[in-house]
Order: sequence, then structure tokens, then C-alpha cells
Amino acid sequence: MERLRRTMMFVPGNNPAMIKDAGIYGADSIMFDLEDSVALTEKDTARMLVFEALQNVDYGKSELVVRINGLDTEMGRADIFAMVKAGVQVIRLPKTEDAQDVIDTEKVIEEAEKFFGIEVGRTHMMAAIESAGGVLNAPAIAKASDRLIGIALGAEDYVTMMKTRRYPDGAELAFARNMILHGARAAGIAAFDTVYSDVDNTDGFNHEVEIIHELGFDGKSVINPRQIPLVNAIYAPTEKEIRNAKDVLNAIEEAHKKGSGVISLRGKMVDKPVVARAERTMALAKASNLVDEDGNIYAK
Amino acid sequence: MMEIKHTALAGTLESSDIQFTLSKGTGVEVNLDSQVEKQFGNQIRKVITDLLAAYDIKDVTVRAVDKGALDCTIKARLIAAIQRATDTKNQPNWEVLG
Repeated sequence: MERLRRTMMFVPGNNPAMIKDAGIYGADSIMFDLEDSVALTEKDTARMLVFEALQNVDYGKSELVVRINGLDTEMGRADIFAMVKAGVQVIRLPKTEDAQDVIDTEKVIEEAEKFFGIEVGRTHMMAAIESAGGVLNAPAIAKASDRLIGIALGAEDYVTMMKTRRYPDGAELAFARNMILHGARAAGIAAFDTVYSDVDNTDGFNHEVEIIHELGFDGKSVINPRQIPLVNAIYAPTEKEIRNAKDVLNAIEEAHKKGSGVISLRGKMVDKPVVARAERTMALAKASNLVDEDGNIYAK
Repeated sequence: MMEIKHTALAGTLESSDIQFTLSKGTGVEVNLDSQVEKQFGNQIRKVITDLLAAYDIKDVTVRAVDKGALDCTIKARLIAAIQRATDTKNQPNWEVLG
């Protein structure tokens, strides 16, 4: 089963207090940032802070991601070497323009793995797409490396380039979101939506999460721990969806026992995609603490 | 032996952080100002002197102002200060950090 990535929490890489506490909020992924949230004069100190934290702080089950500075900066190479050495799970490329950016970064990651005697391929990657060119290249970017676990939309630079701004209805991002989602799905990897920076606007945030949930995004980037339960609530399946998913999984198990791959449940055909949706529903239900390990719904 | 080339500072005075100032000195001298001096002063000093020894730095004056930093934060800030004081900001010493 693919891991859930409903929330990816951004943590500024030069803030010891936030780095220390980042594990307590239950984010599915934690992204330590060495890039835009760190002043140019503190890039070196942030790198060592994240390097030490990754090796010493317990972040529970959260997936650990680091956004590095691009290879076109003097920091990029040292960032990659330090994070590979620290054993980070995922290196996130900023401002990915095309597949070559992914290939170039992968080369340095591989060099670092060999240098430190780490198994080649252990470090995964994800790519943030933040420009018109990047959006148009999303399908190629998503397929550029087997190490990629996902691609993400970074909307702030993108809307500026598109000569617009963020709007509540999300129309300005519709094309980019769909390109990134299709690129990710065609490559079989995850799609992450952009951050919502107005932390106090809960209604606006919820509305945006509903849009991306409906589209099919794996999850959303969050900049404040308060946004995590909001995303999880929208991604949590309803009791009806859970019951239906359980029925589907029980029915398919029965069918398999009889040597069949397709069955009908209450007059509707149950085949592979229906089963896949049911499995995802149960995974979300478990992650949302709505069911026990065996899939039984907790009494309220 | 690694030499301090110039005075360097790393870290902040914010909560959970520690600020180091390294300067040229004779022998290793550590001046620590910590909110948790009584309970953790010796442990913090040990983290500092162990790391200086790993870098083979024998002549340095260290001023540390601790605001309740974790050991890993103390190490990270001192490594950053050493790298700045020795002009090796983007060339971490992997032999020491391994």
C-alpha cells in the first residue's frame, strides 16, 4: 500500500524551536526548508541544523523531506551531500523547469551516495513546479527519475509569472493543478498542492482543500500545524464510504476464494479500480482513527 | 591541527537556540552562559570540547550563550561557527561529521 501524504508541513530550516517540535503535530510528511525561508547569510547554519536534527530528533512516522537550494546556487551541492549523509528520505528540488533539472540533481545525489558508501537509490526525490514552463513540462518531469515520489505545485512564483494572483475560487491555478495531477498520475507518483498562506482564514483554507481533494491530489502543503487537522478532516472518509469500502473488500475476498476477479455488489460491478478506491478509503479511515486495525468502525 | 582564521559567529539568542562566537586564542577556553547551567552546564561543555577535539582545534576562545538548545542544536551551531571561522562554509569536513 502506497503511503498517505495528506499533509506536508513546511518547517524553516534555521529555526531550532520549530525543528525540535515538528514531529508532534502528526503531519504525514515534514519538509525542512533550506531554500526560500532561509536568509542567504544563514544557508550554511541551516544546513548543519537540519543535518543534525535528521540524525537525532525522533519524528515518529512522518516522512522526512528537505527542500534544498538549486544546483545553480553555490549551496546546492553541499546541501545534497549533507542531506544524503544525514539519511533524509526525500530531497525536494525547488523551481523545477524540466526533466534535465531532475536528472542533474539525481546525478549529484548518486555521487553523494557513492561517496558515503550508501546504497545507490536509497534517497528519494520530489520536484516542485513553480513556473509556466515547469507546468507545461510536468509530465516529463514526473517521469524523469525512478527516485521521484511526487511532484508539487508551488503557486506563489507561478501566479506572479502568469500576471495574476491567488483567488478564492482557484481558477488561476486550474490548469497548473490539472497538469501536475495528470503528470503525477501518468507516472504513478504523488501530487501535492501548494501552500495557503492566510493562516487565519480557515474557511478559505477549507474551500481550497475541498477543491484539491475533489481533483484527486494526494495532499496539501501546510505552513502551520493548525492546518493539519483541517486537511485530515476533509480527507477522512465518511462512515458510509467506510462501510461501502469494507463491503467491497469483503466481496472481492469472497470472489477470489471462488477464483473470480470480478463480482457484483448490490447490482454494481466491483472490479480492480473499485477495489483500489476501497483500499485507499480504508487506509484513510485508519489514518484518521475512524477504524481499528481490522477495519471495524469505532463507536462514537 | 585546524586553525581559527578569524572571529566567527553562528546561532541566535532565540528560545531553543545557542549562539557561538569563536575567536583566536591560546589553548581551548570555553565561556558558557546558559539558563540551564546548573543542571546541564557540564554536559554542554563536553559537547563543545568533544567537537573541538574532533576538528583538532587546539587554540580557540569559545563564547556560548545558550537558550535551552538540544545537544544536536549545540553541535549544529558549533559546526557552523567552526566552518565560518575556518573558511569552509560549503565544504563540510565529512571525516569529522561521519
